[in-house]
Amino acid sequence: MDKKRTELIVSAIRSGTVIDHIPSDKTFQVINMLNLEGTENQVYFGTNLYSDKYISKGIIKISDTFFKEEEISKIALVAPSATLIEIEDYEITKKQKVKAPATVDKIVKCYNPKCVTNTETIPTKFKVISDHKGNMKLSCHYCEKTMAKENIEFY
Amino acid sequence: MDLKNRSLISITDFSKEEILHILDLAEDFERDQRQQILNTHVVASLFFEPSTRTRLSFESAVQYLGGSIIGFASADTSSVKKGESLKDTILTVSNYSDLIVMRNPLDGSARYASEVSPVPIINAGDGANQHPTQCLLDLYSIRKTQGTLENINIVMVGDLKYGRTVHSLVQALSLFNATFHFVSPDSLKMPSSVKTWVKNAKLEYHQYTDLMEAIPIADILYMTRVQGERFPDPLEYERVKNAYILDNSMLAKSKENMKVLHPLPRVNEINVDVDSNNKAYYFQQAKNGVYVRQALIAAILGLK
Repeated sequence: MDKKRTELIVSAIRSGTVIDHIPSDKTFQVINMLNLEGTENQVYFGTNLYSDKYISKGIIKISDTFFKEEEISKIALVAPSATLIEIEDYEITKKQKVKAPATVDKIVKCYNPKCVTNTETIPTKFKVISDHKGNMKLSCHYCEKTMAKENIEFY
Repeated sequence: MDLKNRSLISITDFSKEEILHILDLAEDFERDQRQQILNTHVVASLFFEPSTRTRLSFESAVQYLGGSIIGFASADTSSVKKGESLKDTILTVSNYSDLIVMRNPLDGSARYASEVSPVPIINAGDGANQHPTQCLLDLYSIRKTQGTLENINIVMVGDLKYGRTVHSLVQALSLFNATFHFVSPDSLKMPSSVKTWVKNAKLEYHQYTDLMEAIPIADILYMTRVQGERFPDPLEYERVKNAYILDNSMLAKSKENMKVLHPLPRVNEINVDVDSNNKAYYFQQAKNGVYVRQALIAAILGLK
């Protein structure tokens, strides 16, 4: 019953991208990150929806839009559980879990105010690492400080 | 071993063998300091923030080698004051020199400089991040006083949270099977990233708040200053600045071979009555900095 309701909320798209299984509290962050505010294409989204795997999830559907590898890695940084589905002519052409990249270049600001990248005009570079508890962290190539996922801020 | 044209930004840039090679060269310079092998070379010394030991020992190292030195001792006397970027400063100075020694208050500035510079960079301290030549001279001092770098019990005392020298030293000594003893107030404990480093190297560390408990274990007692300039909160600094003050009587139960090291400058964390104890090694440690820097400069310029 609940599942059916989820399907009813968000219409199918003919062509474009669906980002599913976003943690509910990250849905709006993903929307902002992908700059969907500025798009002229149709965007449907839902949040706090029922999911089998997650207590509640968000979903975003964007018509006639396909994302570059770089933008997909951005999603993985805030919503590592998300699934990316590409659709053409109502058919799924690609379905993948978003994957955190090994490195994150140019898109994230270093959290350390004293890092040289916050003073000079330098593209940032981070290694994606996990701490001893398995939490994903970013390690700045320049100042060598590590930053937790919660502190990630995009340019 | 060829270190020619290599930059040294972080101690982890060098392998164990490369570190030992520099220490061996430094021993050679201790035996014969005035080797005039740098006569045709110019070294630039760019100090964007104040320093006594590091700047003067680098300059002394270049001069003992017969080389020339150019540069500035404060950002106020360079075009940085006019708003010149670090990149432009480095590119300009690289036209005038074979090697650049740089201290800069920004974390990561040295790594960045090494990426834009056509000549090698030696990091003489980038903010709170790295100070690899201090680490090399600490290693030199430990090997010289203990006869080896292997299996040392090192007790590190004071500001373990913000102190960059202790972080680099832990990384370096992890190559030599050290056992670490961290003594600090709760608010200045060793960061978890450094402790993870020790764990990953499959080595042991122990934490203490009582300095007296750790002294009898030490082969090396590494004292540090609580650095007021690194504290975001001045009140917190006032609370902990006098947490550990070592005096001569506290060394009564220390091992025979134990030496007290300190990167200097000290404020009051080592009482002057320790200075005359033969276990006090910090002034000799500062002197060792010249030999180590001579070795590094000679190796990077391909002269040794």
